[in-house]
Amino acid sequence: MERAARATPAGVARKIKGLSDRAIAWIFIAPTVFLLLAVNIFPLIWTIQLSFTNYRANRPNAEVKWIGTRNYERILTDGDIWLTMQATAHFLFWTLLLQVLIGFALAWLINRKFKGNDLWTTIIVLPMMLSPAVVGNFWTFLYQPQIGLFNYAVAFFTGADVTSFSMIGDKALAPWAIIIVDTWMWTPFVMLICLAGLRSIPDSIYEAAECDRASKWRQFWTITVPMVLPFLMLAVLFRGIENFKMFDLVVQLTGGGPGNTTTLTSIDLKREAFEKWRTGYSSAYAIILFVTVFGLASIYVKALNKVKER
Amino acid sequence: MSSYSITEPSRRQKWIAAILVVTYAVITMLPLLWIISTGFKSSSDAIAYPPKVAFQPSLEGYVNLFTTQTLQTPEQAEAPPPDTWYGKLVHEKGLAIVGPSRFGERFTNSVIIGFGSTFLSVFLGTLAAYAFSRYRVPLKDDLLFFILSTRMMPPIAVAIPIFLMFRSLGLSDTHLGMILLYTAVNLSLSVWLLKGFMDEIPREYEEAALIDGYTRFQAFTKVVLPQAATGIAATAIFCLIFAWNEYAFAVLLTSGAAQTAPPFIPTIIGVAGQDWPAVAAGATLFLMPVMVFTILLRKHLLRGITFGAVRK
Repeated sequence: MERAARATPAGVARKIKGLSDRAIAWIFIAPTVFLLLAVNIFPLIWTIQLSFTNYRANRPNAEVKWIGTRNYERILTDGDIWLTMQATAHFLFWTLLLQVLIGFALAWLINRKFKGNDLWTTIIVLPMMLSPAVVGNFWTFLYQPQIGLFNYAVAFFTGADVTSFSMIGDKALAPWAIIIVDTWMWTPFVMLICLAGLRSIPDSIYEAAECDRASKWRQFWTITVPMVLPFLMLAVLFRGIENFKMFDLVVQLTGGGPGNTTTLTSIDLKREAFEKWRTGYSSAYAIILFVTVFGLASIYVKALNKVKER
Repeated sequence: MSSYSITEPSRRQKWIAAILVVTYAVITMLPLLWIISTGFKSSSDAIAYPPKVAFQPSLEGYVNLFTTQTLQTPEQAEAPPPDTWYGKLVHEKGLAIVGPSRFGERFTNSVIIGFGSTFLSVFLGTLAAYAFSRYRVPLKDDLLFFILSTRMMPPIAVAIPIFLMFRSLGLSDTHLGMILLYTAVNLSLSVWLLKGFMDEIPREYEEAALIDGYTRFQAFTKVVLPQAATGIAATAIFCLIFAWNEYAFAVLLTSGAAQTAPPFIPTIIGVAGQDWPAVAAGATLFLMPVMVFTILLRKHLLRGITFGAVRK
């Protein structure tokens, strides 16, 4: 770096010196904005345009017709879409609930500050950092009846027959199979954020409560919970957006099956766009999903800000 | 620790908490330990019932992972086994090695695309973050929010136009295409994180440098960058982990030349269905670097995974 700066010809160096702050600011920001425009905004606009056509990417030479809002009408009146929305809602509800409960409980326990808690926290966090596709694929092995570790463990503790149930083959169990793996992977995320929340509460508040003879139970509900709530809500926001987009883990685990029981919206969208090649239709689908996430997230952030202000 | 405080949990509380947390940690590690151990099992041990905890370690999985094999021809069956240890291992099963598998290529692709996109997103991100942190940029909040909102799109939704765009630009299934795509996806993380780190560096340092006759640019490279080094390194690892783990774009936009390991590992199959020891061996090699990085990163974890929204 140093040598490069010295080797700069005098004329150029003077120019750099002469650059106004504004110019530097724009030179620094421009590449980022340009790349994001090219890879995010331009495609978004293109998607909007395609969503009003009958374009099919596997027939690039076919005539492209403008069909107005027909794609949107078709999607919103299609019963199957509502089934995938239900599957997504079921997945979102249970993963968020389980991750919040377990994540908060773990954070609360770790905050008892026992010896070695840093080490165990790091170990608990590991699953979250790994490739969901690779790990999800391996879970299908753990879920196999007979030879799978999961079935063996369940059978060992409940006395059920190992071959009597198949987590990913059974229509009733498959939605839970994906919930279990997602919870295993992402509970540490909620835990970490809760832990930060718990650590942000100054001891003096508890000391004051102790002086007022507030019971531990009361302290928990009037100090701990309200003070951690903004953090917890932030964790739910992040997990909610991520799980609404969920693709890799579930594709590898169940591929959307059996039947359509675990076909989350992203998986359905992938089938429409890259297996049936209904590009126009799936573009409309993508826009609807984007608007949904964006809308829900905006409402949620407003609520979050209200909680923070309290 | 020595001073007594009324808010300090009692010894008993600590013990109970420790037991519960350690139990959870052990359960949570089981699938990962199972991946690692399955990689060292022979194919019959891997699918044994009840699942085997103690077993004779075997490198069969790793050999299968790195080679392609066929059934032996009668001449090969009668010939003495090859000299190499892996040749012998395969020979005993009535198979012969015909060449290397594609795992090496896919792993190399992961390394090239991962490091390429990490370098670019950290480089561009550092510049943008410095500008956002130090200058009054018009529409700053809108721009920052725009950068963040690019993460709300489901990857499959983005993949439709990207697929068409790459097809017309000839970027499908190329390293360059994937590097640019991952850079764009990672930029949001990189800008947000680095802005947080830069905000924490006192402006006085640069101002002093400017008074000493440094140009703005020199002040940036010689004063700010060294101060931000830890933050830049942490950001780089987060970007690398994202690119390393990414699956949706990789599976849709690459099929051969530029395919990374995550779409490849689940497709490793043996004679009868998935060859689990080989899959586990591939997964172990692929997941190990991330586990090591996670341990190194533990202090920055929270900041990285929440886009700097939560700092410790």
